[in-house]
Amino acid sequence: MRKLSPAGRFAVYTGLGLGTILFAFPLAWMLLTSVKPIEQTMVYPPQWLPVAYTVVWDGEPVEVTRDERIEVPSVLVERTSGNRVGERTLMAVERYDPGDPAYRLICRAEPGSWLVTERTGTLARSKGTRQEVVSDEEIRTRLKFRWDNFPKALETMGGRSLEEVEGSIRPSSAMTRPVTFWTFLGNTTIVCVLGVLGTVLSNALIAYGFARVRWRGRDLFFGLTLATMMIPFPVLMVPLYGVFKSLGWIGTLFPLWVPSFFGSAFNIFLMRQFFRTIPEELSEAARIDGCSEWRIFWRIILPLSRPVLAVAALFHFLYAWNDFLGPLLYLTRKETFTLALALQSYQSQHGGVQWNYLMAASTLTVIPIIILFFFAQKTFIQGIATTGTKG
Amino acid sequence: MTRGEWRNLRIGLGFSSLWIVGLGVFTLYPVAASLFYSFCDYSILQRPVWAGMENFSTMLGDDVFWISLKNTLIFAGFSVPMGLAVSLSLALLLNHEVRGRAVYRTIFYLPSIVPIVASSMLWMWIFNGQYGVLNWVIGPLFRLWGDSPPAWLGDPAWSKPALILMSLWGVGNSTIIYLAGLQDVPKEYYESASIDGASSWQRLRYITIPMISPVIYFNLIMGIIGSLQVFTQVFVMTGGTDGAPARSTLFYALYLFSTAFYDLRMGYASAMAWVLFLLIAGLTWIATRAARRRIHYSG
Repeated sequence: MRKLSPAGRFAVYTGLGLGTILFAFPLAWMLLTSVKPIEQTMVYPPQWLPVAYTVVWDGEPVEVTRDERIEVPSVLVERTSGNRVGERTLMAVERYDPGDPAYRLICRAEPGSWLVTERTGTLARSKGTRQEVVSDEEIRTRLKFRWDNFPKALETMGGRSLEEVEGSIRPSSAMTRPVTFWTFLGNTTIVCVLGVLGTVLSNALIAYGFARVRWRGRDLFFGLTLATMMIPFPVLMVPLYGVFKSLGWIGTLFPLWVPSFFGSAFNIFLMRQFFRTIPEELSEAARIDGCSEWRIFWRIILPLSRPVLAVAALFHFLYAWNDFLGPLLYLTRKETFTLALALQSYQSQHGGVQWNYLMAASTLTVIPIIILFFFAQKTFIQGIATTGTKG
Repeated sequence: MTRGEWRNLRIGLGFSSLWIVGLGVFTLYPVAASLFYSFCDYSILQRPVWAGMENFSTMLGDDVFWISLKNTLIFAGFSVPMGLAVSLSLALLLNHEVRGRAVYRTIFYLPSIVPIVASSMLWMWIFNGQYGVLNWVIGPLFRLWGDSPPAWLGDPAWSKPALILMSLWGVGNSTIIYLAGLQDVPKEYYESASIDGASSWQRLRYITIPMISPVIYFNLIMGIIGSLQVFTQVFVMTGGTDGAPARSTLFYALYLFSTAFYDLRMGYASAMAWVLFLLIAGLTWIATRAARRRIHYSG
């Protein structure tokens, strides 16, 4: 770090500011979209903030949706016949024929005014739903965050329809417990917690054997261990699937956490490097006092190794939380899905229409990771730095 | 062996016993089996049947294989160097004495730990051709040339650029690695260079870059390995393994996955996996050779 000239300072701050906008904006956009009503996501140009529009009708404030801005002098008319009787539409003035009995004139619509509709929960229009043309000044705009998008996203993530969640139709299978976000969160937690436990315990044990005990064949075995780090996952994918299939584990969470109890080359390497920095004299002194290797490991080495254990735990948690390919390969039933897989299947079901709910569900998947980051910031940064430069 | 050596061997193997099982079951057996399958016709439903080099010769004439390889190399060819440049630039900016440094660092890093499925959702929304915020921002640029902004993931010509752009958002990890490397560069080097009248460009070119060359090399190798295996974001954003639109995002890992688990051609998929391994090993070797003379290891 060096002292900067004024021009240099300006350049650095400009760069950082630009970077901040580019890196922070997408996440901010996710949050903003997650608290918008659906119709405010489907507008171009995009609407930055989630708002509520209200119009005073018969002395009562009514929340409305802005459907269309009137660009040319028009009229609002209502159909008087046919199966769409009572439906209101906008029509350009020159196309409107006052003598046509099929339409009844409601009002004139001047450019700059808006066609608005009373806002109902589901945006479904029935006969009683009020639709009018109002001038721009009549519409009151205020900020309104639709926090209720979150519970709705939670409920619909498992495949229940929005109508069912809102109670407008009856649940199709009232007997079975519905699969919701909480099911997926539970599955993800199992995979993460057991995986972290396995990673820390197994790799510490194994690395101790490589770092602190001298035995014949050790270095050869360690070399083999390091060599396996070069093998990309696709090479292992097919036979691993076969292994889990013959164990009867396809469709269960076992393939996602059991292997972590049997060590991983990278973590063994990471911990071995750390254990080797602990002075050998500590172990020697304990051995002279008659300590067993197990006690030395458990009472001396492990307590001193908290930083490296934390790094391994943290990164395994992150990996397990974010993993998509594993769950995609091994999980078959919705009840066993992890959050990452459930989020993808939610998206593919809704065909990318309900962006506000998708963003709400995504936000819920991201928030635990962000909280974790803020609690373990130091471990994160140190972990990356050590694995990157010393690895 | 002496009694002590026997004892140590017992203890060593005892501590490593989990790994002996783990390495065997979850790595060595799969490696051997996959190598065997790559010379077989295998559908997981029936026993593998020896087929010699058939899988590899089929690959030579498989147009889809070549498309997937080409797509992957294009993606890697852009996303790796661009990622290196962006993350190095961010790290250089962060390496100054600025107020709120930790805040900037957090902002640059956070996107890289966002679950890929969630960031894929987010970017699909940003890239949306109809209501997407990106097209609102850059639309005016396109209109200058009389064009309308692209449909990104809906347009075969723009789907790869979209994925490359998105990959740049997740470079926070290598930014932190660079930053750690930059902080290890002794300050005295800069001081004496300044005294000798070196410009800031010269300091970057002749001190910073050589001093952090091992880190650049590390990030380059990691970038190559990661980008050749890119899967999740493409699977999520293009709706499966078809590589929509028009196979423009059919990447190697997607084709391998669908060959193995949808078509159940596990022998062919294993052969593809070994070709991928050779490709990664080959590119790593080339990068290592090219870097050998340019990397400066201190201490």
